[in-house]
Amino acid sequence: MSIKPLRLEKVSRWFDAVEVLREVSLTITRGEFVAVVGPSGCGKTTLLNMLSGFDLPTSGSIERAGEVRMVYQQDGLFPWLTVAQNIALGLRQVKNASEQTQQINELVELIRLDGFENHYPHQLSGGMRQRVEMARALAGDSDILLLDEPFSAVDYLTRLRLRQELARLLDERPRTVVLVTHDIEEAAQLADRVIVLSERPARIRYELSISAPRPRDLTHPEVVSAIHRILTELGIEHDYEKTAGDNHFVAVE
Amino acid sequence: MELRRPNTTRTVLPPLAVTVGMILLWQAVSASGAFHESAFPSPLAVLRGFSEELKNGRLINDLITSLFRVSCGFVLATALGIPTGLWLGQKLAARLAFLPIINFFRNLSPLAWMPFAILWFGVGDASAIFLIFLSAVFPVILATMAAVANIPTVYFRVAQNYGINGLENLTNVTLPAILPQVITTLRVTAGLAWLVVVAAEMIAGRDGLGFAVMDSRNGLRSDLLVVQMIVIGLIGVVIDRLLVQLTRIQSVRWGYEH
Repeated sequence: MSIKPLRLEKVSRWFDAVEVLREVSLTITRGEFVAVVGPSGCGKTTLLNMLSGFDLPTSGSIERAGEVRMVYQQDGLFPWLTVAQNIALGLRQVKNASEQTQQINELVELIRLDGFENHYPHQLSGGMRQRVEMARALAGDSDILLLDEPFSAVDYLTRLRLRQELARLLDERPRTVVLVTHDIEEAAQLADRVIVLSERPARIRYELSISAPRPRDLTHPEVVSAIHRILTELGIEHDYEKTAGDNHFVAVE
Repeated sequence: MELRRPNTTRTVLPPLAVTVGMILLWQAVSASGAFHESAFPSPLAVLRGFSEELKNGRLINDLITSLFRVSCGFVLATALGIPTGLWLGQKLAARLAFLPIINFFRNLSPLAWMPFAILWFGVGDASAIFLIFLSAVFPVILATMAAVANIPTVYFRVAQNYGINGLENLTNVTLPAILPQVITTLRVTAGLAWLVVVAAEMIAGRDGLGFAVMDSRNGLRSDLLVVQMIVIGLIGVVIDRLLVQLTRIQSVRWGYEH
């Protein structure tokens, strides 16, 4: 029996007279990596805020089993704390001081920032800061990781490296992950399942599974093919696969 | 990360040269005879006045008196202003209600309170402290309030994620998040308080550096006047240099390096 850490049942969200989400139903299984993509302003962040519990749906229900942690675009670290102190926030349940120190060291090593324990965030590059955020979120026994465009504030090459880094970290410390992003490459390279949202009010428009094991290369055929499917679904690329009669993806609607 | 090494030939020599130049110019004007000695004392006369004031102990006494008043007024203003600013920063309704009146008092020169200060507290420590308090408390409230209101929401969300609640939210998130701005305000405010104490003592004092200035004027001792002006200016610089040390604290550096 697999537990369902996250389950949305006909979730709608209105802001005054604006309908942002319409009857979104979604079940995420334990250890699954789900990416949510969609046009900007479509309600991705609203969905994430409700998953994290910062916001409540207007109608519908959300079930959440386990401790949720969020990773932000940038500046999610406390600038007044060092790398080690920021990571220690994720280990507040660990009361034993030496046990905590040992776990901090392990995490610092895991993100390859040995020697930077006592640096402050403003002394690190954007990519290093995001690695510290990931380490903080993965510290201890959290269950669900919510990623809000975590790599959108860093340059392209750093972004590619951070994706590999995230895949490696999740291999070491498996979590249930929801990644919200406008970066379709990112979704295709990382996720087990990609959810494509429609324009506002957002509904699930399309869903596709990618079974290739992580870490995947950006040019892995399944990744390339998934990117093409998503772009086609968003009306940006032409559907040559369908015309060739070779459609091995299944649309949900 | 990397600190630029202070370069002695660039940071010490030029300011020293400018200061020496100023004194030479001062000497030249006084030697030219353009002004009467009593209206434009020579550097030498000021030096003699300085040693006279040191010997009779008056300068040190006045200095201690003024510093005591500034410290009291400043500490009171900080102790009251920061909590008030924290409260106003968190409560939009309170902010809307109080902001106009705080802005009014902030823009009202504390010196205008002088007659009331004397009526209420008499001549001496209490009225000077009251005026310094008034000059400092409103800027501290306003700056703290603005800093709290501008703390990025993401910090509180992170705090919630990691189980930081209640009082810990104040001590582990709000206070460290506003500290750099509060320190900057304390520097500005301390300078203001030092200006105000001299003015207050000129009118409502029987001692202190401001009173000494008034006393020198009444005694036509322009040499002592210059001694006091130099001391007042130097102490102002020293106070600022001391408060700058607060910005060297590692956990507030982020606020100054963007």
